Amino acid sequence: MATLDEAVPPGEVQDAPADPRRRDYLAIGAVAWAGVGAGVIALPLINQMSPSADVLALSTTELDVSAIQPGQSIKATFRKQPLFVRNLTPKEIAEADATPVSDLRDPQTLEDRTKPDKKNWLVTLGVCTHLGCVPLGAGEGENKGPFGGYFCPCHGSAYDTAGRIRSGPAPTNLTVPEYEFISDTTIRVG
Amino acid sequence: MSFPWAKQYEPKHPLMKWVDDRLPLPRFVYNAVGAGYPVPRNLNYFWNFGVLAGMFLALQIVTGIVLAMHYAANAGIAFDSVEHIMRDVNAGWFIRYAHANGASMFLLVVYIHIARGLWYGSYKAPREMVWLLGVVIFLLMMATAFMGYVLPWGQMSFWGAQVITGFFSAIPGVGETIRVWLLGGFAPDNSALNRFFSLHYLLPFVILGVVILHIWALHIPGSNNPTGVEVKSEQDTVPFHPYYTAKDGVGVGVALLIFAALIFYAPNLLGHPDNYIPANPLSTPAHIVPEWYFLPFYAILKAFTFDFLWIPAKLWGVLAMFGSILLLFFLPWLDTSPVRSANYRPTYRIFLWILLVDVLVLGYIGGAAPTPAVILIGQIATIYYFAHFLLILPIVSMMERPRPLPNSITEAVLAGKGGTSPAQTALATE
Ligand code: HEM
Ligand code: FES
Repeated sequence: MATLDEAVPPGEVQDAPADPRRRDYLAIGAVAWAGVGAGVIALPLINQMSPSADVLALSTTELDVSAIQPGQSIKATFRKQPLFVRNLTPKEIAEADATPVSDLRDPQTLEDRTKPDKKNWLVTLGVCTHLGCVPLGAGEGENKGPFGGYFCPCHGSAYDTAGRIRSGPAPTNLTVPEYEFISDTTIRVG
Repeated sequence: MSFPWAKQYEPKHPLMKWVDDRLPLPRFVYNAVGAGYPVPRNLNYFWNFGVLAGMFLALQIVTGIVLAMHYAANAGIAFDSVEHIMRDVNAGWFIRYAHANGASMFLLVVYIHIARGLWYGSYKAPREMVWLLGVVIFLLMMATAFMGYVLPWGQMSFWGAQVITGFFSAIPGVGETIRVWLLGGFAPDNSALNRFFSLHYLLPFVILGVVILHIWALHIPGSNNPTGVEVKSEQDTVPFHPYYTAKDGVGVGVALLIFAALIFYAPNLLGHPDNYIPANPLSTPAHIVPEWYFLPFYAILKAFTFDFLWIPAKLWGVLAMFGSILLLFFLPWLDTSPVRSANYRPTYRIFLWILLVDVLVLGYIGGAAPTPAVILIGQIATIYYFAHFLLILPIVSMMERPRPLPNSITEAVLAGKGGTSPAQTALATE
């Protein structure tokens, strides 16, 4: 008994070379076109999950930092995430500068992480770069960890006074968001 | 499918005959869990746990659908709507406690079900597909339970969502983009809560579908048994109904008693008090822990605190955690011993007991604060977990001299050793 492939459709010449047949072009073309269609339909189904316009709209925050004394820090919010603004003491700056950059997991100097002439203002997201907990150390009396900066209680990541990762599982330094000083005492984040 | 001596479905009532000719669903049920399914005669109570898992899945679906009638998946009111269920809805507290503790019972019976498979070698040929589908169900259950725990939008819900979606940010390059896409924002918020609810509603039905495949795959070779020796003749089996429907009924009664004791006497025993504090994106609880059933995997995640071979610690942790489960997919091929049941494998069973202790240690470490000692013990236990599957198991399978197997299930039963349990094997003098 002939298989489907060998069967000769009525009307076709028996001895014509059967490979590839016109029918295969039609079949492959039709299925490929349906595949393209499925792909196009999938796009909006995937893209609907990305942040919506109202979420993206919360993208800048202005902060008055004049009340933060050296050694103090505040917790604010930026894009619904915690933001730490810290006024470093000269001692904390010296500690950060004394650390050899080559020893660091994510090598950066304090200058790299602050604005020119504003080396005492450390602005970072309060989001541990490991799995996203809020590290301790910005609030009054919180555990600043072994390096005097921030300490994440979730899995024990310790950051130094420049917000750089020094021990524990976090891969990178605390993120410094895009920001600028719009006056001597006001910053705009985002 | 099944054995030649399986009883045949014979509808007596003309209506049933009429149905059978058009949609043989009653026949299907008869062959699956009725008198038409011949089962080894020597199953012990560890074989109850499959039916128990099915029962808890059904209970989760029923209590869940009822909860969804009162719950509001909106970050502004989700927490209050759960309190509304607890205080205002008639019997709402009962339904919610049944659902929350039902998840724990479900995971508990599934863990025992998996351990049963490990002890009696049920993952081996010809039942690999049953095992693989089981691991798929386990993964789906973990996803479902995680997303369910986010719904009450308490502190543990929120921070659990933050930490677990944080896993995806470990993927090199595109990780952060994927995380933001999954959450629909930069941190868990309304969009995340809504999609988790949608998926939490969906996944149990996907699980139900895979369970049907799991049982289908099981019924091709038929059930394994405590001796691990295949069924050879009709006298090795009894019909599922009434023999095992009755035996399973005993287990169902015991499981429901324990379940009721939890609901009525200790409904918050397995929960975490911090989840009765509304979600606060600005303050992480001092000590984030997942639900008890995730603790061993959480310990593996936390064990990686240092970069190693160009791979950052964070990625190691996430890879190891997923790897510890994905490893189970390879188990049928890592264990090359022709003997199934640990009752006849004197070396393997010692290591299986050690593995059980190791997983319990991991569970303890997963819930403990990350002090240096805790991290070190977690690292050792993590190494042991992987060593068990990747080193010990293949080597033991090659070196071990199994004890002589009975010629048939019936022979073992008549010698009084047909249904030997792990505890009896451990106590028996060699
Ligand atoms: C595989 C089966 C399921 C598992 C393992 C599971 C697990 C969970 C867990 C752990 C919670 C959190 C409980 C708490 O702490 O309050 C939860 C909540 C919830 N689940 Fe499920 N669930 C399952 C099936 C379902 C189904 C089928 C529905 C139906 C729509 C559902 C609807 C809900 C709702 C509305 C909540 C929020 C109310 C609450 O927090 O008590 N679940 N689920
Ligand atoms: S989230 Fe900070 S150490 Fe894991």
